[in-house]
Amino acid sequence: MTFAIPEFAPATPEIFVVTMACLVLVLDLFMGDEERTAAYVAAQLTLVGAIVITLLTFSDSTVLTFSGTFVRDPMADVLKLAILVVTFGAFVYSRDYLRERDLLKGEFFVLALFGVLGMMIMVSARSLLTVYLGLETLSLSLYAMVAFSRDDRNATEAAMKYFVLGAIASGMLLYGMSMLYGATGSLDIGVISEAVAATPADRSLVLVFGLAFIIVGLAFKLGAVPFHMWVPDVYQGAPTPVTLYVGSAPKIAAFAMFMRLLVDGLEGLHADWQQMLIILSVLSMAIGNIVAIAQTNIKRMLAYSTIAHVGFILLGILAGTAEGYAAAMFYTLVYALTAACAFGMVILLSRAGFEADQLEDFKGLGRRSPWFAFVMLLAMFSMAGVPPTVGFYAKLSVLRAVIDVDLTWLAAVAVAFSVIGAFYYLRVVKLTYFDELLDRSELRYSSDMNWTLSVNGLLILGLGLFPGGLMALCLAVMG
Amino acid sequence: MSEFPLLSLVIWLPIVGGAAVAFLDRKPDQARMAALVVAAATFVFSIPLYTAFDIQTAEMQFQEFAPWIEAFSINYHLGIDGIAMPLILLTTFSTLLVVISAWEVIQERVSLYMAAFLIMEGLLVGVFSAMDAILFYVFWEGMLIPMFLIIGIWGGPRRVYATIKFFLYTFLGSVFMLVSLIYMYLQTGSFAIVDFYGLRLGLTEQVLIFIAFLLAFGVKIPMWPVHTWLPDAHVEAPTGGSVILAAILLKMGGYGFLRFSMPIAPDASSTLDWLVIGLSLIAIVYIGFVALVQQDMKKLIAYSSIAHMGFVTLGFFIAYGIVEQAGSIDAVKMGIEGGMVQMVSHGFISGALFLCVGVMYDRLHSREISAYGGVVNTMPVFASFMVLFALANSGLPGTSGFVGEFMVILSSFQANFWYAFLAATTLILGAAYTLWLVKRVIFGEVSNEGVAGLKDINGREFLVLGSLAIAVLWLGLYPKPLTDVMHVSVENLLQYVVTSKL
Repeated sequence: MTFAIPEFAPATPEIFVVTMACLVLVLDLFMGDEERTAAYVAAQLTLVGAIVITLLTFSDSTVLTFSGTFVRDPMADVLKLAILVVTFGAFVYSRDYLRERDLLKGEFFVLALFGVLGMMIMVSARSLLTVYLGLETLSLSLYAMVAFSRDDRNATEAAMKYFVLGAIASGMLLYGMSMLYGATGSLDIGVISEAVAATPADRSLVLVFGLAFIIVGLAFKLGAVPFHMWVPDVYQGAPTPVTLYVGSAPKIAAFAMFMRLLVDGLEGLHADWQQMLIILSVLSMAIGNIVAIAQTNIKRMLAYSTIAHVGFILLGILAGTAEGYAAAMFYTLVYALTAACAFGMVILLSRAGFEADQLEDFKGLGRRSPWFAFVMLLAMFSMAGVPPTVGFYAKLSVLRAVIDVDLTWLAAVAVAFSVIGAFYYLRVVKLTYFDELLDRSELRYSSDMNWTLSVNGLLILGLGLFPGGLMALCLAVMG
Repeated sequence: MSEFPLLSLVIWLPIVGGAAVAFLDRKPDQARMAALVVAAATFVFSIPLYTAFDIQTAEMQFQEFAPWIEAFSINYHLGIDGIAMPLILLTTFSTLLVVISAWEVIQERVSLYMAAFLIMEGLLVGVFSAMDAILFYVFWEGMLIPMFLIIGIWGGPRRVYATIKFFLYTFLGSVFMLVSLIYMYLQTGSFAIVDFYGLRLGLTEQVLIFIAFLLAFGVKIPMWPVHTWLPDAHVEAPTGGSVILAAILLKMGGYGFLRFSMPIAPDASSTLDWLVIGLSLIAIVYIGFVALVQQDMKKLIAYSSIAHMGFVTLGFFIAYGIVEQAGSIDAVKMGIEGGMVQMVSHGFISGALFLCVGVMYDRLHSREISAYGGVVNTMPVFASFMVLFALANSGLPGTSGFVGEFMVILSSFQANFWYAFLAATTLILGAAYTLWLVKRVIFGEVSNEGVAGLKDINGREFLVLGSLAIAVLWLGLYPKPLTDVMHVSVENLLQYVVTSKL
């Protein structure tokens, strides 16, 4: 047996991130309390560095390494870039919030960087084990981050719930993986794909059984109904920057996990998983949109809104065409961008001792700060899917994908729920613009927060006016 | 192809200008001035659309084309024909008047108010000039955002209820249209509206598409029974909002029927024409009675708008009845052109009536009919305008209100006597509710101290109402310039409207 040194080059971004994360951990140890910003700066530099490395080594073709357990393809690169950029924005939004609450500690950024590492591994996974490795790296970081505000009862409760339910879901996923392994004899997604294609339809019972468990695990991680129970509690209980982090980049990684497992691995069972995803999707859109109406806490409302959006993302995936996957990818990226903007606004309004997490807290924002009221308006209309914001094109492309595979009824159901959903987004706009100002204190924010949030808002509008580039990119990486 | 992108200018000048005006939030005077300049410039730039318009050709004119979203073959494709052009001029004209009429009335968040109207103007022009279905949809939906803010911020006491109802009704109508547009795109591989005309569709498909369009346009125009958002929106909206709502937004529905429903789904339109005609007649007769009992002036005019829009849909959809009766194609043309004239004329008249109510509301802060009485004694000039517009609203010959109604009634005789009979009741009902309104508000003894203290209209209000009066009379006495513009385009459209696709 010969031992070959694997090709490390394709994994340079991951190696860079893990090295830097360890460095930040050590750095933080030697820094005094007044120099906490150093960890922040180092974390941001890590993300920028990883972005640069990914761009420089951008891969036009599919490269396998580490005995075929790790894959680098254009889709992986684009998704990794998106994860890194969104996390960069999330860190900018977090800094002042954390400092005001005495939470600005190096551990926050170290955990977040390990989370990023986990996401990058999920995106590049080519073996069931790599998928699981990436997923757990991410999840464990997230559990700890949700509980980061140690003395907050709600946060601790949310973290506990998240951990218990997350562990069950991971168990389900592993169980499903074990059945796939048993039926196909391999952990390699490429080999599984071939084995599935070679299995006659009447002998695929074990595979479908395994598939069902895998779908449960995936649906849990993405937050699709009926595996959504953790989402509202975690979103509400976690400190807002953590909610922002949980609600944006990990969705991109979860989308990648869907692609790797269902499309790369089990496309041969498309007819089976399409049925399951249709049920998940319709339920998510229904429960998400209807229950969101009853919420008074904006973080909880956005949690249910996320569930509804997950339903839309699933629409693109279940179509089972390259256009459908591209549409789902476009939707996921747009969603991460918009969610970051909305949670960024919640952070902007909050200050020490005041969380601004009630819908009421947005009252009269139009008078307090016309510009940020406008940014919030863009985010809300984008989530509602009203042109000329980019959210409209996201809906357009997934609808197109499902109509293309003759599921026009599903498209009609989806748009009907999006009308119901429009109501609670409009309510936020109503509060910001129509209601009298309650909180007259001046908004205080740093200039980098101001710039990032403004750019984030303008991106929602700008991509809405010129969505062609991003859409073409998504289509190109799906081949 | 025109060398100069005139249509783009008329669309983007007010949008960019409006966005710039929004930044003048601490300087209301400058905001007003800037808005006036932008609105006036837009109106001036829209005039060449009429003067340089070639009435001999059915081709789309002033075309502009640029790829926009290539992955979905969506293009930035603009162009206008004789159906769209009058509506664009109506838009630029009305917006100018709205900006002037808001000069003193709006004191709160002036820049945002002006910006919303200017941006909406650009979007509305876009709706009427888009030749690509998605571009059309983007403008169509985008316009909801400024209107949502206008009603919600500057509206009356129940404004929040009204504006959310307005938004959700129209949003619900439009999303199903989106589904059918995507469906047709997947059949043709293109989002160009003209390509949809040539698409062969089975009857079931056509019926489903037709119903989706009916939801979108029927809510917008609005038709009974989905009209209930309109009275609420009108009553709560500020004067300018009501004017644009009545003068332009309702016309988007009528335009949509002509541009999408009838040519894309001719067989479904023919099969289901009884439905649209029935709803139109209900709107004309039943809503006429509803208007009669209103206590609120704005609500009365809102219901009158619904009744008048019934004429538009009636004029369009009697086409199939006439063809079945082997009636002359000229009668079909007359019905459609009558509907078009009715839309333009209603734009002037209802806009003017809402401005009149606005003039009174600014002075006494009440829209109740009972709060007035004998206004003529203190505001003689205003009273003459109000009476003129009221008579035009009830369809007096010599005013624009007469022309459209007459054309529609005349051609509906060719389809069915009873259509014409029921439609003609509007001449009685319309006269009844409008003249009774005038009688109670304008004439009689001075009813209370408030009315006794009224001051007549100032120069600014005179300018606004005077220019609308000229338009109403000019269109009533000499409608030829308007109908000439439409002839060829309507003829061209008729090919698609009455040719079966089966």
